[in-house]
Amino acid sequence: MPEIHIAHPQFQPEPSVTAEQRQAASAAQEPSEVRRFLLSRGNSALADRSFQILMTLCALSIFGIVALIAIELIGNSRLAWHSFGLQFFFKAYIDPYTGLPTYWDPVNGHFSALPFVYGTLLSSLMALMLAVPLALGVAVFLTEMCPNFLRGPLAFLTELLAAIPSIIYGLWAIFVLVPLLREHVNPWLIKIFGWSGLFSDDNPTGLGFVSASVILAIMILPIISSLTREVMIAVPHSQREAVLALGATRWEMIRMGVLRNARIGIVGAIILGLGRALGETMAVTMVIGNSPEIHRSLLANGSSMAAVIANEFAEATNDLHRSALIEIGLALFIVTIIVNALARLLVWAVTRGAPARVN
Amino acid sequence: MEAASTGTKFQLRARIRGLIDSGATILAVLSTLLVILPLVAIFIYLLLKGASSLNLDFFIRTPKPVGEAGGGMANAIVGSATLLAVASILGVPMGIFGGVYLAEFGRGTKLANAIRFTADVLNGVPSIVMGIAAYSLIVLPQGHFSAFAGGVALGIMMIPTICRTTEEMLLMVPHVVREAALGLGVPNWRSVLSITVKTASPGIITGCMLAFARVAGETAPLLFTALGNNFWSTTLNEPIAALPLQIYVYAISPYDDWHRLAWAGALVLIVLIVLAVSLVRYVTSRGVLKGAS
Repeated sequence: MPEIHIAHPQFQPEPSVTAEQRQAASAAQEPSEVRRFLLSRGNSALADRSFQILMTLCALSIFGIVALIAIELIGNSRLAWHSFGLQFFFKAYIDPYTGLPTYWDPVNGHFSALPFVYGTLLSSLMALMLAVPLALGVAVFLTEMCPNFLRGPLAFLTELLAAIPSIIYGLWAIFVLVPLLREHVNPWLIKIFGWSGLFSDDNPTGLGFVSASVILAIMILPIISSLTREVMIAVPHSQREAVLALGATRWEMIRMGVLRNARIGIVGAIILGLGRALGETMAVTMVIGNSPEIHRSLLANGSSMAAVIANEFAEATNDLHRSALIEIGLALFIVTIIVNALARLLVWAVTRGAPARVN
Repeated sequence: MEAASTGTKFQLRARIRGLIDSGATILAVLSTLLVILPLVAIFIYLLLKGASSLNLDFFIRTPKPVGEAGGGMANAIVGSATLLAVASILGVPMGIFGGVYLAEFGRGTKLANAIRFTADVLNGVPSIVMGIAAYSLIVLPQGHFSAFAGGVALGIMMIPTICRTTEEMLLMVPHVVREAALGLGVPNWRSVLSITVKTASPGIITGCMLAFARVAGETAPLLFTALGNNFWSTTLNEPIAALPLQIYVYAISPYDDWHRLAWAGALVLIVLIVLAVSLVRYVTSRGVLKGAS
């Protein structure tokens, strides 16, 4: 008869536990000897085995989904790939009569994803520039400065911002944000920065990259700030206490003790926000103006990869057109997979010692 | 003399540091206010514009042609419910079972880590890509747009979210509970289903609702799968209307009547979603597993 040890994992971790201590604590949560003994003894091995296989299959379905998406996208974009190759993303068709580039002309069969790649990158980067400082400010305020009674409600409000569907952001942007920018912000931008050519006064609609990036910034803020908060919480208290004990002010404590320790995770959070911005569809489609052109002015109409798919896919005129749109989708898929994987790895590198947290 | 000047220098530095500190505090407070501002603005506009055009017709009538007053989104509400039902039938069991594998069988293995990672990455794939996948998987072979394709696109999006929340909830169930069940001679599968999953069920249900709320507002994957429909649609084999799709169509139209309907639809959508999220928040903040742990 095997001797049975009943292990009580009653760990009371100090407020300032290191990653190693946390790992030790989680190791104590592993199945005990009792459990292993009880599992090996049962006479329902067949049922248990098939149950386990069923669960495993469901979990493996996630691999299956990724593979399925990849196969479908690659298979259906083959036509465009064979017609244009890699040039699809770089080169425009030059009209022999006018000498002007034509990027996207479904009627005559000229397709180039260049303006959409440009639009996606430009709007996402501008959104990041607007959102990152604000998101860091919110995260710093919520973790380090906020009085306790405000923390819960404020965190809830910023999370609520993440739960609003993109279509509602788009609706609000069309009827409230765009007129606001058009009447009050754009004239001011043109007046002050007009000399640079980045803000030229030739688009009276108010739609365009500036509107798209402002709404994108509002949409990606919650994800960046909540992940930043998570990695900042994972910084051990001892770091904060050590910096404070040296006579630092609160801001110096945040800068040296918290932000510096959490910087990898914060970069991860920003990249995750970038991933969200790259793939954001509806709100951008509604305010970016949807014209496949490249202008120097940020106030001009443009388009993005997701927006062109949303706009034209259901009414694709021919197989080549549809295939070109699917190839843009494939590029979006690959880029967001890479960006998200990178971001997850960075965040995981910082928070891996921390216990599982319920959002 | 020397000492005094060092002293004043020190005082000056201390004052500058103090100023920087308060400056940083003010900036952090300001950015928080600036972030809350659009949220408040969105809700105020939704309430002002949505509530004024919300009436009984909205819930019981189908859309009317341009120019005729009235009309509602009854078919879109029913359509959204249909799509979400299809999505849940596909996504909820797969997600929960996948989460059970991660928490109960694969804990600590390389395979489980890979699956967890893939689920997180899949969560970040744009919804429009899911729409293209569902399109080429179902719409292309069938040759027509259908509610079923829209439901599948939404269901695929639910799986990774539900899988991860289920895992997190199951990890919070203490081992003692499992051991007690096994010690009574309960087979492992039974112990997992009726003890572990049942203990964590409030958390799992809230996770499902969160995923549900997320896909309820999705528009992009439906654009070329469910397509939208101005009339009643009763089968899964036809294009079907959905609330977010209808809002999109109305919002980009040039008609004031339709704009009003779009605001009303948005209000209905956001009320449903905020209810779901608040419920989740309420349940999780009360400590889902207080009784168990």
